[in-house]
Amino acid sequence: VCFIPDGLDCSISFVSHVLGKVCVHGRQKEILSVLVPRLTDLTKSDCIWQRICWRLVECVPDRWMEAVVLGFVQRAPGADALSRLLGNLVVKNKKAQFVVTQKVLLLQYCHTTAVLQNLLGYLSLDSLRRALLIQVLQELLETWGSSSAVKHSPPEQQQYISKAILICLSHLKEPEIKSCRQELLTSMMEGVKCHLDSNLPQIRRLGMIVAESISLKINTDGPVLKFQYEEDDEARELKSLLVQAPPFCVVPSLPDDERNEKADAALPLVLESNKKSHTAAPMMPDEASDAELDSDDDLIPYDMSEDKELKTKAPVYVRDCIEVLTGSEDVDKWEATVKALESLVRKNPAATREVSVELAKILLHLEEKTCIEGFMELRQRAQVAVLTTDPIPVAKYLTSQFYSLNYSLRQRMDILDVLVLAAQELSYPKSHGKTKHSGAQKPCIQLLPGSDSSKDWRRIVDERIKSKTRRFATGPSQVELASGPNEFNSVAGHFFFPLIQHFDRPLTTFDLLGEDHLVLGRLVHTLAILMYLAVNTVAVTAMGKALLEFVWALRFHTDSYVRQGLLSCISSVVLSVPTERLLEDMTEELLETQSWLGDVVEKDPDGDCRRLALQNLLLMENLKKKLKTVPS
Amino acid sequence: MALPPPDPQFVLRGTSAAVHALRFSCGSQEPDVPILFSGSENGFIHVWNLKTHRVDTALDGHGRKSVYCLETMGGKDRLLSQGRDQRICLWDLAEGRTAVTDSVVTENVGFCRCSLLKLAEGRWLMAMAAKALEEVQVLELPSKTSVCTLKPEVGAKLGMPMCLKLWQLNCGSQPLLLAGYEDGSVVLWNLSMGKALSQLVCHQEPVMSLDFDSEKAKGISGSSEKVLSIWSLNEQQNLQVYKTHKLVNAGISDITIRPDKKILATAGWDHRIRIFGWKKLKPLAVLDYHTATVHCVSFSDHKNPSERLLAAGSKDHRISIWSIYTQT
Repeated sequence: VCFIPDGLDCSISFVSHVLGKVCVHGRQKEILSVLVPRLTDLTKSDCIWQRICWRLVECVPDRWMEAVVLGFVQRAPGADALSRLLGNLVVKNKKAQFVVTQKVLLLQYCHTTAVLQNLLGYLSLDSLRRALLIQVLQELLETWGSSSAVKHSPPEQQQYISKAILICLSHLKEPEIKSCRQELLTSMMEGVKCHLDSNLPQIRRLGMIVAESISLKINTDGPVLKFQYEEDDEARELKSLLVQAPPFCVVPSLPDDERNEKADAALPLVLESNKKSHTAAPMMPDEASDAELDSDDDLIPYDMSEDKELKTKAPVYVRDCIEVLTGSEDVDKWEATVKALESLVRKNPAATREVSVELAKILLHLEEKTCIEGFMELRQRAQVAVLTTDPIPVAKYLTSQFYSLNYSLRQRMDILDVLVLAAQELSYPKSHGKTKHSGAQKPCIQLLPGSDSSKDWRRIVDERIKSKTRRFATGPSQVELASGPNEFNSVAGHFFFPLIQHFDRPLTTFDLLGEDHLVLGRLVHTLAILMYLAVNTVAVTAMGKALLEFVWALRFHTDSYVRQGLLSCISSVVLSVPTERLLEDMTEELLETQSWLGDVVEKDPDGDCRRLALQNLLLMENLKKKLKTVPS
Repeated sequence: MALPPPDPQFVLRGTSAAVHALRFSCGSQEPDVPILFSGSENGFIHVWNLKTHRVDTALDGHGRKSVYCLETMGGKDRLLSQGRDQRICLWDLAEGRTAVTDSVVTENVGFCRCSLLKLAEGRWLMAMAAKALEEVQVLELPSKTSVCTLKPEVGAKLGMPMCLKLWQLNCGSQPLLLAGYEDGSVVLWNLSMGKALSQLVCHQEPVMSLDFDSEKAKGISGSSEKVLSIWSLNEQQNLQVYKTHKLVNAGISDITIRPDKKILATAGWDHRIRIFGWKKLKPLAVLDYHTATVHCVSFSDHKNPSERLLAAGSKDHRISIWSIYTQT
């Protein structure tokens, strides 16, 4: 589309109509990808073209305005380009204003950060439009600060709004900040409260970053708000939005470049690189001449094959390890021991069994003496190794310590993690045990069966159905998986029952039902995993019954993490306990649980809880169906 | 087929403490015996007779505090020693005397070895770490007058000076100082103006030791990490990195270039002494004798090239003497 107005007064409205119609039919990309760059170039220096462009967009009928404006906002190469193209359209046209200030920011969240930058930069560039910028910021903050929005809107939308807020903040000038300082402060306080209350770490972090940024802007002198959170790419990206890079340094390479300019730009680069190679070239002859004059060649090197990395020897016996870990002052040896401990324990099961409880005790209290990489993981793997080598006494020790005085929350949660990892290892067939071992690299297991059961419960149920039906002819058989005795069978109860025993007995420093609900949540999840892993063990029925009672006692807990854990417990029970046992021994509990689940599906505020409850109900339905289909 | 590395020519035992400093004095003619001075952690300076391999005298001048730097000032009769008692002592050892003629109180509690440069007969410049954390003071000896104090600019955050080297291009030209600091940078100082001419960040960890070849305007520095850094000085007196060399094990306590500028030796925390060719830093040998960190290495100043020796002092109380690459 290239039109040349030869100084005539031409009517643009026809073109506007065409543009609008094309855009609304979804062909924004095609037409605007040609139109926008052309117009960007033309409007750069030429005022007349700017006015033509403004007339063009102003004349687009209202019913197509949204499509056109959106298209422009998305395609424009920068905020200043957008400003030249649209002019004060948002001020003059109500529909455009609605689209720009409300629809794109509050009702949609699919746009990229670049689009947000364009849009908000555009609003900030003209004094008439700045009022809109302030208004937009207030509305964004209102949404950001409303607790219902934080609880119910998807994280992506919250991130989008946070980004928009940060960009707005970056555009605000001093006098404007002064005038709305009070409002910013109030919205920040409210908003930060709702965000920190959330269970999801991502939401909490968004809240923290935005609050910090607001505080930075309004308190230029004096202490600013500072939170501690994990800095990763997302956090850095958000923070970078606060600083507006001067637009002119980014844009220059693009504008007024026909291909000539590009070639011009290419030329200096080529020259520079030539220069560089020239400076490199003189170096080369020097080195070459050096090589010729080198009389060092007559210095013959000696054999250096013995020159290897220096390694401190780690102890070779498990008892030596205990000595080093408890007493030794030699930090090198201590480090080497910590690194070597796990493999030693695994290679010498008999020796380990003699000292297992002592070793477990030492490991539980082991603190980092020097800075070793992966200390936590090394310690945990050693603990798991000890636990799997001698399950019963060590499990007894660990579970009793879980409920003892004077342990930190971190240590109690470590105990839970170690129990889970060891149970996982024990319940898998031996050859799998090895591969699983390398798979279980992550020190903490989060929500493992919760996600497992939600994703592949169908597969598991199918497999159980398959295993129950009689086959008269086997088709091509699959490769036989390695099998071995289930080592978890004999010890499942030892892992499980002590943990469930004392949960309602508060100690002075540890109250599961009170403020330590984080540990309670972890305990519940751990029990769910142990239950899940106990499939095919003898104790599974007793465990299931105890677990259902436990769930019943805690079912109205206020923390959603705990509730999610309870629901995973139910899934594990339904999946692990054989159906006959479920229906015969636990009918009452099942019925009660079912009614509770129904309640949760309808009324629970947390999305994950509702989803888990629904899956549990489906699992129970499947049970019933299975019973009907299996020939009795 | 490369030969296995040589064994030490002989090993000196008897210091009964870790050896931190070594200095040869073998330039004098017969009937004077070649001498090796060694400074130990127990405060003694042992004067070793290299013919009999025994200690001739033991000097006790630092109150049983570790001696970590030794320098000879024109022959074996004048010795300078620096100890952890915050003193630098000047000894007169002629005709069997063992007297401390003079001392300088440094008020510095660090480990930075001082550096000595002969300006003219009887006149020396000495650079040492001063009382204030980042400063280096240059004194003239024997008058002990302060020539200048080198202070890094505010906010430079160089840390303590770790190692110093005074040098001048030829007799009579401007003396300059190279200092390696705790933050891993090497700074070239102009003494007359008291200003830094150039700064180069060579290492991520503190610079433990450095040495400089004024003819080729090339220097080498070692740190507590695994990298040796070789840097050069261009005409504008700017330092730039020439090359780096990665070692097998981390930690270098001392580096010294042989007076004929053909090879250099490094003393490593991994108990090994490494020999490199100086021209292109070609690894030549790894001498593995000691059983603890090697603290210092030193080349002898024999007039006859075939008699040249390398000495290494270690935490295991031994001093190993090597005869290596003496043919060139």
